[in-house]
Amino acid sequence: MDTQETAQKKIQTAKAAKDLAQMNDIHPMDDFIRMDRMPHIWCPGCGIGIAVTAFAAALEKAQIDLNKVSIVSGIGCTGRVAGYVKLDSFHTTHGRPIAYATGIQVANPDMKVVVFSGDGDLIAIGGNHFIHAARRNINMLVVCVNNFIYAMTGGQVAPTTPLAAYATTSPFGCVEPPFNIPYIADSAGAVYVARWTTLHVRRLMNAMTEGLQKNGFSVVEAISPCAMYYSRINRLGDGLDMMNFYHDNVEIRHGEDTKNLDIGFQTKIICGKFVDRERPTYMERYSQWSEAAKGAKR
Amino acid sequence: MKADPKGVLTGTHYIDGDVASGYGALAAGCRFIAGYPITPSTEAAEAFARVAPRAGAIFIQMEDELASMAAVVGGAWAGVKTMTITSGPGYSLMQENIGFGASLETPFVLLNIQRGGPSTGVPTKTGQADMMQSRWGSHGDYEVIAISPDSPQEMFDYTVKAFNLAEKYRCPVMIMSDECVGHMTEKVVIPPADQLEVEPRRYYSGPPEGYQPYKPDPDLVPKMAKAGDGLKLYISGLVHDERGYPVAAEEFKTIYVRRLVDKIRLNKNKIIELKEEGVDNADIVVVSYGISSRVAVKGVEMAREKGYKVGTLRLVTVWPFPDERIQELSSKVKAFVVPEINYGQVVYDVARCTHGKANVVLVPHGGAGVHNPKDITDAIEYALKQEKRIEGVVEFKTRLEKLVFEGGMKLKE
Repeated sequence: MDTQETAQKKIQTAKAAKDLAQMNDIHPMDDFIRMDRMPHIWCPGCGIGIAVTAFAAALEKAQIDLNKVSIVSGIGCTGRVAGYVKLDSFHTTHGRPIAYATGIQVANPDMKVVVFSGDGDLIAIGGNHFIHAARRNINMLVVCVNNFIYAMTGGQVAPTTPLAAYATTSPFGCVEPPFNIPYIADSAGAVYVARWTTLHVRRLMNAMTEGLQKNGFSVVEAISPCAMYYSRINRLGDGLDMMNFYHDNVEIRHGEDTKNLDIGFQTKIICGKFVDRERPTYMERYSQWSEAAKGAKR
Repeated sequence: MKADPKGVLTGTHYIDGDVASGYGALAAGCRFIAGYPITPSTEAAEAFARVAPRAGAIFIQMEDELASMAAVVGGAWAGVKTMTITSGPGYSLMQENIGFGASLETPFVLLNIQRGGPSTGVPTKTGQADMMQSRWGSHGDYEVIAISPDSPQEMFDYTVKAFNLAEKYRCPVMIMSDECVGHMTEKVVIPPADQLEVEPRRYYSGPPEGYQPYKPDPDLVPKMAKAGDGLKLYISGLVHDERGYPVAAEEFKTIYVRRLVDKIRLNKNKIIELKEEGVDNADIVVVSYGISSRVAVKGVEMAREKGYKVGTLRLVTVWPFPDERIQELSSKVKAFVVPEINYGQVVYDVARCTHGKANVVLVPHGGAGVHNPKDITDAIEYALKQEKRIEGVVEFKTRLEKLVFEGGMKLKE
């Protein structure tokens, strides 16, 4: 029995459904994400997507012209970030994104260059480029998503795997002490160094914003769960369990000496902003000195 | 387009091949070189670093060759003409990122001042044993252009040409020089800027949403773009479609690789440059490149004094290879004599193109020196004497080899 009332209700429901559909059509990050590349490859419980969301918000907050931002990734799970965001995106070779980014930045100093990659890519195979770009103080933001493992290839041990943690290639526990990424960045000369987990979305976003606004080599380490490999192999539960672990075990200590930031297996993780200083960038020095050299005869 | 006068050091110079190439790069419009020091190529980097500021260019010394090659590809996508400079071991280290550059159809130039290999080899002495590496060094299918100059003047001229070819075909161009040419000092004349033709980068100029970085023009070469122009480029070393988006299906892989090789193969008649002399009516043609072609001049001269009809064919462009020309000549001549400073690389491409119609004689050299011209003369004589067709490549035994392996030569450092 169709009364006028129920008919109206039907119309309203249909309208609401249509609104909802429209809402789903336009994602709030539509301007920033290549929606035609969705769905992404990341597993349920992974933190990389959160880091990307924080980065999108940071770009908005920093009010940077998106046409002047290049994003460079290497190879690996986080290496896929460049391909999902609607910027000038470079998905480069394994370990070399910082070197490619150096080329882009030096050849066109107007570009804001962001390197978004994983711990294996930036600290193992690409470790040399990381320290040298920091030493030169190339103007770029490096976001290093650290999930303690090589995830894309199936859970192999990384130079960030905590001592004694299991990985497929360290079946009896990792025997190598891991790198402390903020300490390396600090000692090599980075002007901005911060560490957050993907639980601390707002703080992570703020760190990325500051890194984007900084003139020089800035490093933001984003600790992320790898539910599929790191957590599973080490029986740490799923992504949510990892988030709970971060909640209970992260200690925020701004300005902490970076040499105290080692991460052990399931020990507390110290987060915060550790370095924020000024140094002349590579391009500032080069422009100034080569300009002076023009007059002089060598 | 004419060269930018700021980068052209017009005048008569007395410089070595390395320096000439560094000056050539600046004249060609190169505004960014990333490199890592390695003998015997360093003079080119030093020369460029010295003169770069006058044209607003930059030389950056990277932490290694992997980074150098990466920065050069990055720089090219940021909108400038770029080059790197290296030799032997450095060239090996660059290979992965050369493949990346080739797969993204990035225009850039690589100067390889070849030295004796393998491995550390003889850093201060010459070699021509990277020729196949220049073509196949990185994994996967791709094509490059390789040029082999034989004098400091040519090092200038062909560095300019290398940049022009890189822009025209959106591909890596290798200048496969060697220690002898790199360190040889001769007169180099650099013309005024208005007499230097340089190829501008072919940029896309339509609306941002319509841009596809790998959509080819009729000549199979797509238009270039640069970061910062609002095109939201997607540049990936994964196999990609015309938008640059990764695709893994075999049909896309076929389309992608086919064009990557065809844009060079089908345009090769426009790319290849040969220098021939006395080839008509010749019984023997000496095929050579780089420093070996200068040594061959003397060998051929001595053979002609003996009354032999000898011609020379110099491969200025080694890759792509002039298949048709060798094929054509093989039905006219008795044999090809190929001196190269290796144990057989380019010679096998000569043999591939003869289809058994002419003999092919390799005059090998182990490196750390150049051929004795008399060996080339003797190889010509030997080739003339052969009555039968010989399958494949015949290796001529040089004086040095006889002396070392048969003559009881006392070896001392």
